[in-house]
Amino acid sequence: MAHMIDDTTIEYVGILAQLELDQTEKEAAKNDMGRMLDYIDKLNELDTDGVEPMSHVFPVHNVFREDVVENGDDRENILKNAPERKDGAFKVPKTVE
Amino acid sequence: MTAKEILSLTAVQLGKKIKDGEVTSVEAVKAVLDQIKAMEPLLNSFVTIEEEKALEQAEEVQKRIEAGELTGPLAGVPVAVKDNICIDGMKTTCSSKILWDFVPTYTATAVENLKRSGAVILGKTNMDEFAMGSTTETSAYGATRNPWNPDHVPGGSSGGSCAAVAAAECFYALGSDTGGSIRQPASFCGVTGLKPTYGTISRYGLIAYGSSLDQIGPVAKDVTDCAAVLEVLASHDEKDSTSVERKDCDFTEALRDDVKGMRIGIPADYLGEGLDLEVREAVLKAARILEEKGAILETFDLGMVEYAIPAYYVIASAEASSNLSRFDGVKYGYRAKEYDGLHGMYKKSRSQGFGPEVKRRIMLGSFVLSSGYYDAYYLKALKTKALIKKAFDEAFSKYDVILGPASPSTAPKLGESLSDPLKMYLGDIYTISVNLAGLPGLTVPCGKDSKGLPIGVQFIGDCFKEKNIIRAGFAFEQNRSYEMPQMAADAMAGKEEK
Repeated sequence: MAHMIDDTTIEYVGILAQLELDQTEKEAAKNDMGRMLDYIDKLNELDTDGVEPMSHVFPVHNVFREDVVENGDDRENILKNAPERKDGAFKVPKTVE
Repeated sequence: MTAKEILSLTAVQLGKKIKDGEVTSVEAVKAVLDQIKAMEPLLNSFVTIEEEKALEQAEEVQKRIEAGELTGPLAGVPVAVKDNICIDGMKTTCSSKILWDFVPTYTATAVENLKRSGAVILGKTNMDEFAMGSTTETSAYGATRNPWNPDHVPGGSSGGSCAAVAAAECFYALGSDTGGSIRQPASFCGVTGLKPTYGTISRYGLIAYGSSLDQIGPVAKDVTDCAAVLEVLASHDEKDSTSVERKDCDFTEALRDDVKGMRIGIPADYLGEGLDLEVREAVLKAARILEEKGAILETFDLGMVEYAIPAYYVIASAEASSNLSRFDGVKYGYRAKEYDGLHGMYKKSRSQGFGPEVKRRIMLGSFVLSSGYYDAYYLKALKTKALIKKAFDEAFSKYDVILGPASPSTAPKLGESLSDPLKMYLGDIYTISVNLAGLPGLTVPCGKDSKGLPIGVQFIGDCFKEKNIIRAGFAFEQNRSYEMPQMAADAMAGKEEK
């Protein structure tokens, strides 16, 4: 494998991805990601100098509307699927002392 | 009409019979619910079945048809919806543990459009978790099996929708297609599937995977049904900023058995190494049928084919890593039972809630977007996408339709694909570039291999040229009749005897 993913990289990716992997998952992830990146390196065969990156196939532009309130109080619907709620808000672990 | 007669109808045929008073929507729903009961222990096409709601809807729709309020071709016809499309009050899991109890409080625009035309919703179909996979084996709620042979996969990610249509568990279904997720399982299950031009059907209420690639589309028994359903689904929606305002949405107008002078290009790069010989034969035979009907066939070099898969996995994974960051155990879905602090809760909830394939893609996506790698991977892939689009633009300056296989092989056996993800990804080679270029694609059954598994032919059109592929598919389809898997026919025969 040309791409050797080390423990530091996989730890870093874990932080970015907000995922916690056990030792077995980590080893598998190192191997999988290395193989995928080797494969993706195929793109380096292409000369893309001067090519504009295409994020959307059609020209996309911001869709604006008048700044007028159209929706009513949707609090109950928004909270309906919350794993935990309190006083009409989402409940999360304490973050500020 | 007997249950078997009802279940053998296409969606448009059933709609007409309901309108003519030969059968009621309630009778159709009852027939299909019985078929679901017979097939589900073998297939697992559905995650959620809403029996009572479906019967209630059917009664209400039937009244409105009789009152002359609903006159469309699909009024009263039962439909199944892929489990990544939100419906108010109906559990929507994306076949993931992280959304195990999620009940949306709003309905996707595509489903609103169906309801307005009098559709009766039966429930939600199984899929690869978050639409990531090609076999429907990554579902947290068990794999779906192929009705042609339950030892084989139905394909994916819309495997539940395609298996359900093939097994007559519904008359048509909604799927979604990010890299082939409608066209490949339709091919594996012997049904017809259409992915429209990007922006044709609103993505509002479709749980996002790769937003720049995702499109909802119909799965049905034939091209006529797909065109009729697409006509209902297509709409401009201000809730989806990528929605395109189209003026040419009378897709059923293209249902004409006439391909005289149609220029059809077959990419030589789609017939080469890796393609199963039986698939190759069946697809070329389909092309010859169209040639006999007056189409002009030509083989050409499309180019860029081998770069589509690596570019896709960079772009789709990058978008997925961003889209799926919303699942953190705060607003909806699964929250870990034990954790340490807020960030611990995020991490534990996500790690326990997502399956291995989803984690793999989130991690790859996070990596290619990370500082130091963004230019080398993400921007490189977006530039490759521009070159792929250019290759198609050149092809469509010469041809009306591109014809090729939907997949290099027929459906693999269960358990054969997941052990080697990279190999599984390579199976998307003929479908993936269509999403990158935003094009419409249609797969139609064109034969079976020596194991009795269906083969599909894919028609690709230029942007906004659905009518060309509908016309080619419809003309081809006139030469063969719809075939139902033996398993589904047996289940109906069993009912006749009772």
